Amino acid sequence: MKKIRISIIGFGVIGSGVAKVISEKKGYIKSRHGIDLELVGIGERHGSIVCEDGIDPMEAYDLAKSREMYKHPCWKEEMSGIDVVREVNADIVIEATPTNINSGEPGLSHMMTAFKNKRHVVTSNKGPLVVAYKELKRTAEENDVQFRFEASVGGAMPVFNLVRESLQANKMLGIEGILNGTCNYILTRMSTEGLSYEHALSEAQELGIAETDPSYDVEGIDTACKLVILANAIFDMDATYKDVEVEGITGITPESLKLASDEGYAIKLIGEVRDGLRVAPRLVPKDHPLAVGGTLNVISLHTDLAGEITVTGKGAGAIETSSSILSDVINISKYEFEGT
Amino acid sequence: MDLELKDIPGQLVLALQPISDFEGNIVSVVHHRDKKTPRGMIPVQVTFEIDGAKVSDLIDKLKSGGIIVARVGEERLRERRAVILIGHIIHSDIRDTIDQIDATGYAEVMDLAMSMPGIDQRSSARLVINAAGKREMESAVELLRNIAREKDLLLIEPI
Ligand SMILES: NC(=O)c1ccc[n+]([C@@H]2O[C@H](COP(=O)([O-])OP(=O)(O)OC[C@H]3O[C@@H](n4cnc5c(N)ncnc54)[C@H](OP(=O)(O)O)[C@@H]3O)[C@@H](O)[C@H]2O)c1
Repeated sequence: MKKIRISIIGFGVIGSGVAKVISEKKGYIKSRHGIDLELVGIGERHGSIVCEDGIDPMEAYDLAKSREMYKHPCWKEEMSGIDVVREVNADIVIEATPTNINSGEPGLSHMMTAFKNKRHVVTSNKGPLVVAYKELKRTAEENDVQFRFEASVGGAMPVFNLVRESLQANKMLGIEGILNGTCNYILTRMSTEGLSYEHALSEAQELGIAETDPSYDVEGIDTACKLVILANAIFDMDATYKDVEVEGITGITPESLKLASDEGYAIKLIGEVRDGLRVAPRLVPKDHPLAVGGTLNVISLHTDLAGEITVTGKGAGAIETSSSILSDVINISKYEFEGT
Repeated sequence: MDLELKDIPGQLVLALQPISDFEGNIVSVVHHRDKKTPRGMIPVQVTFEIDGAKVSDLIDKLKSGGIIVARVGEERLRERRAVILIGHIIHSDIRDTIDQIDATGYAEVMDLAMSMPGIDQRSSARLVINAAGKREMESAVELLRNIAREKDLLLIEPI
């Protein structure tokens, strides 16, 4: 049995969701993989929980839900997220602070500090990956630690691990997909119900599918960031946000959806890495594998040997995204275990 | 194109090579070895895409190789693509947009469906474009992209 010590930095929807899943899956991961996951640190914005003998993840989850983390016996008011990364003796740091696509902070500093302290990093945070992918990758390599970010693109859907493991003999020729569930939901509702864009958006906001300020999603920025990550990690490009041609869904009319539908097409916000990086509403034949509805995400990988491989699944949600995060954690743990 | 070849080895290559030389894209070849013509020739049906301007030179070339060109059937504009435009389509002169595509000679707008919810609101249109081949379709759509950019219209293309 190998004990793997974990810190979680950013204990919001995703961070606390991971704690909950660790609590629920601890026994299964032990018996199935021979790995004993132990939570030793939680770094939040206004303080931290640190306990080298192990934190009960469910207790922390419950306290976070009731916004009472300070009541935990191991609460350290003066300790910030970065202190936890530096000082708490963890093998793996799970970084789940908010995305900032301009500076990458605070995630970027958390990750760089983790690497320099010889800790592996698993993240769902796109910001640092969009701003400084190459630098992060190099620093991880220099410090001989792993850097995994399956959850950053497509939530629960496997993309990077699929390419790294199951498709490793293939050359990747192109990628296209629906990478934003909010846009997909709005377009699906406009199409099936004939709603106006504004109407479908406010419905999505009421359901908590769209943010109060939806611009990051509906203007295609989120999809563009995911393309940058895919381009850099899978195609070894050196792309930044500026390299993406971006058009969102704010200009789509219900009439255009009807006209498209009469010809057998749906309109979807598609992100594409091929000759260049492009986000735009596109016509997708209704019987095409990319024509998934609701909040689903989907991605098609074009490869030289396997042809086209398509995966679809939930692109967001605490538990779903935790599936990808734990997959990365287990992969790293196995690597640690075997020491290769 | 229906051709008739002599019943000796190497004739099929002799017939197909010039098509490639003129940058034709061969779609299918049906070789009727068992159905000799009264003249003792073997009929072959070749379907290919080619720039229309090159056809007569191609026929000359085939004839000079001893191949009989029995029939030339032309089916123009094989590629079909639907696109959507959104914006002030009428104000930005849809007639002119269509004319510019039609004026290329290798592509034309075959179908136009419009939906106008109200004055001052953005309209939506579906255009079906036909073009001679894949390359011609690409240039027609590239032209449409430029027009859309100029006229501030949102162009939605198929994946
Ligand atoms: N939600 C999803 O379904 C999903 C899916 C895939 C990827 N992601 C990505 O995962 C990350 C986390 O998402 P989320 O939905 O969990 O966001 P969230 O609920 O806002 O959680 C972020 C947490 O990080 C904390 N934080 C902010 N600054 C910090 C700092 N300097 N040090 C330590 N903690 C800090 C926040 O505290 P305060 O509340 O005090 O600010 C908050 O508790 C984001 O980058 C997001 O893009 C989310």
